[in-house]
Amino acid sequence: MPDLAASSKRPPPWALRILVLTYLTIFLFAPLLALGVESFREGALSLWQGITEPESLLALRNSFLLAAIAVVLNVLFGIAAGLVIARQRFWGRALLDGLIEVPLALSPVMVGLAFILIFGRTGWLGPWLSQFGVRVIFSFPGLIIATLFVTVPFTAREVIHVLSEIGEEEEMAATTLGASRWQTFWHVTLPNMRGALSCGISLTAARALGEFGAVLIMGGAITGSTHTATTWIFTAVDERNNGAALGLSLVLGLCSVALLLLVEKLRARAHERR
Amino acid sequence: MRPALTPTSRWSLLLRGAVIAWMLLLVVLPLVALAIHGLRSGVPFFWAAITEPQAKDAVALTLWTALLISLINAVLGTATAWLITRYRFRGRRLLATLIDLPLAIPTLVTGIMLVVLFGPMSPLGAWFEGHGIYVAFHSPIIVLALGFVTLPFSVRMVQPVLADMDRAEEEAAASLGASRLVTFLRIIWPSIGPAVLGGALQTFARAMAEFGSIVVVSGNVPHETLTAPVYIYGQVESGDSHGAAAVALALVTLSLLVTLFSKLMVRWGVRRHA
Repeated sequence: MPDLAASSKRPPPWALRILVLTYLTIFLFAPLLALGVESFREGALSLWQGITEPESLLALRNSFLLAAIAVVLNVLFGIAAGLVIARQRFWGRALLDGLIEVPLALSPVMVGLAFILIFGRTGWLGPWLSQFGVRVIFSFPGLIIATLFVTVPFTAREVIHVLSEIGEEEEMAATTLGASRWQTFWHVTLPNMRGALSCGISLTAARALGEFGAVLIMGGAITGSTHTATTWIFTAVDERNNGAALGLSLVLGLCSVALLLLVEKLRARAHERR
Repeated sequence: MRPALTPTSRWSLLLRGAVIAWMLLLVVLPLVALAIHGLRSGVPFFWAAITEPQAKDAVALTLWTALLISLINAVLGTATAWLITRYRFRGRRLLATLIDLPLAIPTLVTGIMLVVLFGPMSPLGAWFEGHGIYVAFHSPIIVLALGFVTLPFSVRMVQPVLADMDRAEEEAAASLGASRLVTFLRIIWPSIGPAVLGGALQTFARAMAEFGSIVVVSGNVPHETLTAPVYIYGQVESGDSHGAAAVALALVTLSLLVTLFSKLMVRWGVRRHA
């Protein structure tokens, strides 16, 4: 952490301690603790049964599959976006850079709605696609599109940031020494991106596993087909299926904590290297 | 010899085209669909759709809860950043990691946590209800949910600015006899002000978009606890994607403007700082 030098050795004043502790307890610690306590009260057996129900397993499989697809496509897009936005100069580059972050400002519900307007029964492309027997809404492709939309910023942003920070000198040196474009990319640019890509992968996976609003609208949360872990938790709460709701919440919560810790570790390592 | 990726090479043009096409299909097309559907029947219809009583109350609820949590985060988030950067205490690193948790935890899981904590079946919820304070399925729990999901924004925005600040100015002001209030207003606030405001705006935009945690905790009673994103979800489910698109368009426009303004704020802060 960069700020260690700035911090003083004095203990913090009590008023500040109590203020911050109250704030964090109400908004952060109490809810986190509640989930842990309630899961414990529910009992390991009930949680395990909830997690291993056929519907839960299907939902988990869908969620992990979506996360994997989002990771692969975003790695490819992230590399391309990095090379284009951090290395090329062209008109509209700043706009393109800004567009990448737009999904962060949109409510997932609006994302789902927008894609319904495009791919729905009366949408722009829906009727045309259905001639070929392709269905997007209420089927797995819809889930993929929703997940891709909400995960677009994470890998690309990391790669663009790192490439702009590092600068082009190493790549120019390689070219001057006679490396081909492919060799420069493979031996210089790609290794420089590696840390950013790992961070991006973790953030993308966490975001994909956690997506709810957009996949709820696009997939329709159909039993036996388009449930994801989050939409199945939502349904399980309605059906008072506490084992499944708490069990899957715990699984998703633990996955996201693990991915976050991984990101922090990667960031700390990148920071040391610099 | 040319550097690795010059704008003139065929490969880089191809790459640029691919990145632009991906962004157009995935991000721009849905925005255009929202805009066209929202305005398809003209401005009077758009206006009628967003001023329809249920929609109006939903938008009003979303705006005031988002504003309230932005203010809370601006004050207490800054206090938290202050505690983390200015003092050393045991558990400081752990605290810094915990503050990032809401970025990774699925918002639906946040909703489950709050239901478990404040629901009528929980000891805390029952206690509050016994004292005539209704938290679950009323507006307080909406603010609590927004507080959890937006907790990192203000802290993370202010923290680096505080860490980079030159303490010499403060010490000079203090040794020249300035009171703590004067030192804060004249020395500290000019440096951290843009970051505090930027964090508040980021919180506001994120809070306006929140769906997953609110849909399970607020009860979604029209005119009382129905927020705008949940209203849009309801309209989509009941087949009125036209009216939903109008409300969504209004909210998307506002949140993109707020996000843009928050980015400008941060950039302005950085430039003044440098």
